[in-house]
Amino acid sequence: MNDFTYHAPTSLDDALAALRGAEGGTLIAGGQSLLPIMKLNLAAPTDVVSLAGVAGLDGISDDGDSVTVGAMCTHAQVAGSATVQGRIPALAAMADGIGDAQVRNAGTIGGSLAHNDPAADYPAACVALGATIVTDRREIASDDYFQGMFMTALEDDEIITAVRFPVPARAAYAKFANPASKYAVAGVMVADGPAGVRVAVTGASGDGVFRMAAMEDALRGSFSAEAVAGIGVSSDGMLSDTAAGAEYRAHLVAVMAKRAVEACG
Amino acid sequence: MSGNGTGIGASVKRKEDARFLTGRGRYTDDINLPGQLYGYILRSGMAHAKIGAVHTDAARAAPGVHAVFTGKDMEGVGGIPTGWLIHSKDGSPMVEPGHPALAIDKVRYVGDCVAIVVAETAEQARSAANLIDVEREELQAVASIEAAEADGAPLVFDEAPGNVCYDWEVGDRAATDAAFDAADHVVSIDVVNNRLIPNAIEPRAAIANYDPATGDYTLYTTSQNPHLVRLLLGAFVLGLPEHKLRIVAPDVGGGFGSKIPHYAEEAILTWTAGQLGRPVKWTCERLDAFKSDTHGRDHISTAKLALDADGHFLGLHVTTKANLGAYLSTFATCVPTYLYGILFAGPYTTPAVYCEVKSFFTNTVPVDALRGAGRPEATYLLERLVDKAAVELGMDRVEIRRKNFIREFPYQTPVALQYDHGDYDATLDLALKAADWAGFEGRRAEAAARGKRRGIGISTFIEACGIAPSAVVGSLGARAGLYESGSVRVHPTGSVSVFTGTHSHGQGHETTFAQIVSDMLGVDFDAVDVVHGDSAKIPFGMGTYGSRSLAVGGTAIYLAVEKVIEKGKKIAAHLLEASAEDIEFENGSFTVAGTDRSKTLGEVALTAYVPHNYPEGLEPGLEETAFYDPLNFTFPAGTHIAEVEVDPETGEVELVAVTGADDVGRIINPMIVDGQLHGGLAHGIGQALLEECVYQDDGQLETGSYMNYTMPRAADLPSFNINHNTTLCTHNPLGAKGVGEVGSIGVPPAVINAVIDALRPLGVNDMSMPATSQRVWQAIQRANG
Repeated sequence: MNDFTYHAPTSLDDALAALRGAEGGTLIAGGQSLLPIMKLNLAAPTDVVSLAGVAGLDGISDDGDSVTVGAMCTHAQVAGSATVQGRIPALAAMADGIGDAQVRNAGTIGGSLAHNDPAADYPAACVALGATIVTDRREIASDDYFQGMFMTALEDDEIITAVRFPVPARAAYAKFANPASKYAVAGVMVADGPAGVRVAVTGASGDGVFRMAAMEDALRGSFSAEAVAGIGVSSDGMLSDTAAGAEYRAHLVAVMAKRAVEACG
Repeated sequence: MSGNGTGIGASVKRKEDARFLTGRGRYTDDINLPGQLYGYILRSGMAHAKIGAVHTDAARAAPGVHAVFTGKDMEGVGGIPTGWLIHSKDGSPMVEPGHPALAIDKVRYVGDCVAIVVAETAEQARSAANLIDVEREELQAVASIEAAEADGAPLVFDEAPGNVCYDWEVGDRAATDAAFDAADHVVSIDVVNNRLIPNAIEPRAAIANYDPATGDYTLYTTSQNPHLVRLLLGAFVLGLPEHKLRIVAPDVGGGFGSKIPHYAEEAILTWTAGQLGRPVKWTCERLDAFKSDTHGRDHISTAKLALDADGHFLGLHVTTKANLGAYLSTFATCVPTYLYGILFAGPYTTPAVYCEVKSFFTNTVPVDALRGAGRPEATYLLERLVDKAAVELGMDRVEIRRKNFIREFPYQTPVALQYDHGDYDATLDLALKAADWAGFEGRRAEAAARGKRRGIGISTFIEACGIAPSAVVGSLGARAGLYESGSVRVHPTGSVSVFTGTHSHGQGHETTFAQIVSDMLGVDFDAVDVVHGDSAKIPFGMGTYGSRSLAVGGTAIYLAVEKVIEKGKKIAAHLLEASAEDIEFENGSFTVAGTDRSKTLGEVALTAYVPHNYPEGLEPGLEETAFYDPLNFTFPAGTHIAEVEVDPETGEVELVAVTGADDVGRIINPMIVDGQLHGGLAHGIGQALLEECVYQDDGQLETGSYMNYTMPRAADLPSFNINHNTTLCTHNPLGAKGVGEVGSIGVPPAVINAVIDALRPLGVNDMSMPATSQRVWQAIQRANG
């Protein structure tokens, strides 16, 4: 790891100033993705701006028809939140299945979304639930936010402050995890909510999260496992690695989608 | 052997755990010497390349850097030796190419050592290493057995045509051929034994020091066998006499065989410390450990079993190709031969057995012993084949085994070993009952109602542990003896220090050996401490591997204690004015037989060191050393049963039950024995279901981190159902056999046999390790056509 300047701002303005003043600065939230790549010298920022002490990025609130999660909430906080468990249990369960206990206690929703790992779980939840990504300067719909592997709509100096999830009528997440890394090989969030019936898939595609239109259509006709059971998933564009080749991954997407629908009850 | 609260047979809590559990263990990386520098090993990123000039000027000029050394700098230093000479079928010796510690003209695997950078800090050394420019000409790599044996394959070593190291055989080929000619049935199988990466929790580390005042070298290193490292490093690599080279293997966090070999880094560090006159420390990073710790297994085999009409085994023919990696690691050559081929009788009376093994060089990490070392590979093949025979002959899987069990001992196998004793029916019966084998079909039906495919699998196996005797292994090519040493020093006031040539890196020797000594001498368990791991303190010994520590090292200690007692009797007889022949020793007291006149061990010890009133002609002191050369291997045996549920939609295999019935010989500490069994089972289950080292065709290690190399976790394992049926080894006084490798030897075929049993109704009749969800799903798809 190379030497870098560490900043610990307490306000968004100070964080933005530190980031803008750095030659090659980066934000750090939970550090669960950034620190490993820094240790491998795959990232060598000149400045690291911590969001840990920035006011206003924490907390989970019930806003009636939506739940707002502060960007610096850890996965464990989301999983353990009575509000999330009560209003969007699928989101709490999804957060409880991220990585391992250490990751869940350090990693944050804002950090995960800013990084947009194609095998992360949150992108599927955001797209399926029709979440809104709130930043220091605007609100971005999930449909516009995710722009491919490790790519988002965020500007270079933009900071996520919160994520607003509309409360669905029903939703469930089914994940097939990589046995080694526990990242999603195929993670499917199915939701029936204000944004309509949505089926969002993470972990499977090299382009990151995507929606399964054919399944959504079928579910609009009949919200049942049988409705999606026969719908094949193409292996075109699927990721392929040691644990799962493209064909197997495509198959797992179909199985996980069916199981998520079943879990919606 | 009184079997009291801390004696032999008691589950005493481990002495060593207090320091381990409170973070006070002292591992190699915890050791810091005044004035130490840090070394970073630059490793090859190419699997196979010619090396031209290595430009180090920029690295030498980097902040904090004291020195950079390359292969050219070490060119006059000896290469890393190998410890076992194998002869091919035609009598020719194996091809034994040189192994320079730092690569000179060629690199041969990703991870091969290219240079060492020595700097004030580890970070400076690592950063400076990035500035080294190595002129390379990449060569085509051979990253697998298939690639190594292909026509026109590139050669890892020019002196090894076809990349073959040796073509070895054991057993009577003609007799085996005749058995097949006479057979009613022949059953064949092809199996791959998947390559594994050992992953001890403590990465390798070393810190070397040279004292110019005395000319003494000291190397602290993560080793299972410090004396072996001293012998190889001193005599073969650096040309240092033993009295000038001290090797210390302090607390070591797991070895599993990967810390047996003498590694190039140990030679590089020690040599570098001598060049600089300052201590140099190196700690392997985890990603480097993946590509530089010796790997294990990696066989491709085909085998056939000849049977008569009733299912009796008549003959077994095994043909195996083994991957040795890029260089011959310390025991690499004997693992696929004398630790493998001689196991093929298993627990069965097969009268004719023949095994041939061709071993190959490849552009991969050197392969050496890994928990079980050869015996898991043999057991897996045999137990898969026996299961297949049962299915093809329409026989019950249990009955075909029982029909062929050895029941008369000693039993001379057709592949060199002579089993002293065993009771294979007893462990089989115990396991069947404990696993409720008879009730399985009900569980299968219940699982089917939940959409799951449930299967049960069995493995009945023997091991050969405590490899021995020295004269025999010497005749087979071993370049070392395989005895063990033990010293027992009774101090003047009666406390005891025990010095052992074995090494504990998780096995609990400090507890087990103290139990033996305290029980035999009748002294408090807490009054006995065990010293190991420092060549300056302990007698010459061979270290710990092959489940040898208790059977061989424990016996040496036992014999040393007997010597102490014999001498004590002479001293006590003098004090009691009796004849030594009339002195009995029990519970720490020397007593004149038939009287109440006695002296305690403490009184006798004090007399030995303050010999004012002392037998004429007897040496003072109460300290004895014994070297024990075992008379035979020991033969632990057992039955393992695994039960799995397969999700046919995803291919996921859930291991729902594992039952073991084991005969490991005398049990000193049942808690430690069960812990060893649990660890071995986890290791074996890892191989069966999760772990697979994958190289790409160009020799890049695909599974080079925990992102895609799957180690078994607690959540992957059921609660183990462990049972014991103990018979004693007949040729060592403790009756000990060994336990450290049982699980990794016995359980993999039981798991795979269970997976196949689960899937057979779907038309699946074969499964490779690891039975990952993808592999299972693909097998189901193929069966569906």
